[in-house]
Amino acid sequence: MNRSYEIMFIVRPDIEEAEIDKIVETFSGYVTNGGGAVKQTEKMGRRRLAYTVRKFNDGFYVLLIVDAPASLIAEIERRLRVSEQVIKFITVRTDEEEKRVAKIKKHRDAHVKRSAQPQPGSESTPEISAAAEPEADAPAAEAAPEPATTEA
Amino acid sequence: MADETQNAAPATPAPAGDRPQSDRPQGERSQGGPGGDRGPRPGGPRGPRPQGAPGAGGQGGRKFFRRKKVCKFTVEKIDSISYRDVRLLQQFVSDRGKIIPRRLTGTSAPFQRKLTKAIKQARAIALLPYAAKY
Repeated sequence: MNRSYEIMFIVRPDIEEAEIDKIVETFSGYVTNGGGAVKQTEKMGRRRLAYTVRKFNDGFYVLLIVDAPASLIAEIERRLRVSEQVIKFITVRTDEEEKRVAKIKKHRDAHVKRSAQPQPGSESTPEISAAAEPEADAPAAEAAPEPATTEA
Repeated sequence: MADETQNAAPATPAPAGDRPQSDRPQGERSQGGPGGDRGPRPGGPRGPRPQGAPGAGGQGGRKFFRRKKVCKFTVEKIDSISYRDVRLLQQFVSDRGKIIPRRLTGTSAPFQRKLTKAIKQARAIALLPYAAKY
């Protein structure tokens, strides 16, 4: 059961780019070896930190978006904590949020489709099946007032 | 901001602690003068009527009032607030780094909760400060 996470960590600014690449690869390797998949890595570059961390005022931000089981994430966090070069990290679980956003988008797309095809007669069947969702779709089933209210 | 200066001027002697407008169920809330939150707890008269007393507040931080402010997220249909978009989050953070209450920004409650969570995450990864220096 793989969940999606975002892992962002900050690497010390006083090491070179090549070292940073190596660190990123090391951690990506941990993920893939442990049964996860790295969906995206992003090196966000050197940024000024909002406060001093371990006596550094700026740092190199790296973002990893991964799909991994939960136990693997605990292991990665442990390694990040132990690693000397990484000064700060945060892991955020994103699969629930993605599910919620996808559901909202689905609702919104259903509304748009109804207003994009302005024939209430021929579109009645897909409307009824799409309007099976209980919230707020009952008034929208009448396509007549809808085009005025959704995006023009 | 211009709002602050004109709010401070016509104010009744606010630092005295007895502001006529806000009812204060907790007796003394002497916050050292600069009228941070006028009447913290009473939800009814305070919340939906920001036109009330601009003179009483608006001395310490960036507190300005708008009539019928709308929630930015419902208007622009922004679904998820990530800790990564610092520019968006900075709009809801004061110059001292504190989170601005939703009665001032007009944000709706569920989005304010998400916003708070994102701001705290951003603070944890040093994208936003916990307390900004003056």
